[in-house]
Amino acid sequence: MSALTKIAGRGVPLRGNDIDTDRIIPARFLRCVTFDGLGEHAFADDRSQLKAAGKLHPFSDPVYAGATVLVVGSNFGCGSSREHAPQSLQKWGVRAVIGESFAEIFFNNNIAMGIPCVSLSAADIECLQGLIEDNPAHNVEIDLQANTVTVADASFAIKMPEAARQMFVRGQWDATVQLLTNLTQVRTRAVRIPYLNKFTP
Amino acid sequence: MSRGTLFDKIWKLHSIGQLEGGQTQLFIGLHLIHEVTSPQAFAMLRELDLQVAFPENTLATVDHIVPTDDQARPFADPLAEEMMKALEENTRASGIRLYNVGSGKQGVVHIIAPELGLTQPGMTVACGDSHTATHGAFGAVAFGIGTSQVRDVLATQTLAMDPLKVRRVEVNGVLAAGTYAKDVILHIIRHLGVKGGAGFAYEFAGTSIEAMSMEERMTVCNMAIEGGARCGYINPDQITFDYLRGREFAPQGDVWQRAEDWWRSIASNPDADYDDLVTFDAADIPPTLTWGITPGQAVGLDETLPAVEEYAVEEYAVDEQDLIRQAYAYMDLAPGQSMLGVPIDVVFIGSCTNGRLSDLREVARICKLHGGQVPAQIKTVIVPGSEAVKVAAEAEGLDKIFIKHGFEWRNAGCSMCLAMNPDKLVGRQICASTSNRNFKGRQGSPAGRTLLMSPAMAALTALEGKISDVRPLLNKEVLS
Repeated sequence: MSALTKIAGRGVPLRGNDIDTDRIIPARFLRCVTFDGLGEHAFADDRSQLKAAGKLHPFSDPVYAGATVLVVGSNFGCGSSREHAPQSLQKWGVRAVIGESFAEIFFNNNIAMGIPCVSLSAADIECLQGLIEDNPAHNVEIDLQANTVTVADASFAIKMPEAARQMFVRGQWDATVQLLTNLTQVRTRAVRIPYLNKFTP
Repeated sequence: MSRGTLFDKIWKLHSIGQLEGGQTQLFIGLHLIHEVTSPQAFAMLRELDLQVAFPENTLATVDHIVPTDDQARPFADPLAEEMMKALEENTRASGIRLYNVGSGKQGVVHIIAPELGLTQPGMTVACGDSHTATHGAFGAVAFGIGTSQVRDVLATQTLAMDPLKVRRVEVNGVLAAGTYAKDVILHIIRHLGVKGGAGFAYEFAGTSIEAMSMEERMTVCNMAIEGGARCGYINPDQITFDYLRGREFAPQGDVWQRAEDWWRSIASNPDADYDDLVTFDAADIPPTLTWGITPGQAVGLDETLPAVEEYAVEEYAVDEQDLIRQAYAYMDLAPGQSMLGVPIDVVFIGSCTNGRLSDLREVARICKLHGGQVPAQIKTVIVPGSEAVKVAAEAEGLDKIFIKHGFEWRNAGCSMCLAMNPDKLVGRQICASTSNRNFKGRQGSPAGRTLLMSPAMAALTALEGKISDVRPLLNKEVLS
């Protein structure tokens, strides 16, 4: 697995806080045994409702077609643990998410998929979303080594939990290989867990 | 940093070591899987040519997609049938026990593991489902994971995790009649917010919590995630042990005493340190229901809905006002209005939050006290949380009471909590629901509306056809 230190591409701003995973991918699209084809259903209900009201959801707006950096508010991805949510975003084209804050399970799902979620202050998010809306052609560049996001002449200091950042920088965001390496220690520990061993001292 | 809490003790016991990036490799004692979030994980294992490392530590059941009326195979929905078959094949091929429909042990995953005695104090529990926090009621560290992490647990019985801080959430005093565990957790989320728990495990404590039955404690821990806390727990005590004794997978014979001694030892120490402490007074908790589109947008039955501006000064930041406005528009409600008397279309009683026997008994009690019938225009669905809950309810004759009063009585499953099966709202219908999420479109109609509340409030609301207060009815019972 390769290190992931820089992600660059056009941005797509999505305003609003507490956007839950039911809104990202409504439950009816979870009736599947693979993640294939979920990209077209990302924000399905929000998109169709806005369309009916004569408005465009950013995911339907042609000016954001091909964007790879999603810019969101706070507590993004709250609610259901469904990995179908980040999978649908990834399949739509998202490669990184910049937000004020993220729900934890959503954040962890993204790490496991190799999609960095980095944080900015509410004011910086507002500014960044404004810059992208003013010029959707801007290149948004996230640098996980320098801890910055740069767009046009503006640069913002990003935050990310250190362990997660290290996993990307070292190319270890898919933990399975590391976890497997320690399988012998895991088996040794399992025989010392009281409830798996009739509580014998 | 917390020290000496149940969380710290369990974390230490299950830590295999630190991974290179700095995360902890955490051993998972009990892994639960279901049909929605596991098929892709098994596919990933096959791609990597990996086996399930500890099949005996994983249990499977089917809950999200099962129809609650006609359960004959193949299911009417071919996609549901495909998911069911995938689960059957994956569990068979990897030697994982599956409690299928008709086994007598099938049900919502967070209901069956406790009732079988599988969930025990001191465990780490993981499941590809955010309501895994439910199992924390037993003094376990239990949390939801995504599908890639389900793959990791299947392959290694471990997860890469960052430790959590511990916030002690105390509720002290006696709850008034008509106020239930559901009201307690809705009140907590209303005041701490839907993201207040991010980065924390919630230790629910205090005399109100300690007085609760295990089923009530599960209702509280179940919704920790709605407050942003991935994990919520309650220290194990005699009530926990009494619940577990005699259950199928609980320790038997001379193992029991050793188990109980160990369980007592893993509870938080009296002098434990916490990262944060919040206290609530039970006397301040009214019968509570949500009115908006997040579980934190809740209100007491005696109050009126807040002005948008009020949210700025009281408990929400100014930028939350946008969400409050959205909620009023979506729900078609207005500031200053009381929720009492709001007409409803549908009532759903069930889910991993409130689909247990004690919840159904409370519904039956309200039916008997009220004496009337659900109006013909109201659709009602009562869904037991498991096949075992169904059998127990029918043995007590609860089903006959429900049917007599005009409720529909169904088979076990998740049903209208998230509407992945045929039970769904239609159009703009508004539903009084005992489930856990009131997000836009959550109950299957993209424009459907959900009001979260206790089973008692939902029952009376069904019988009256509008949001109703159980307290006068309960007072009458005391007087008679």
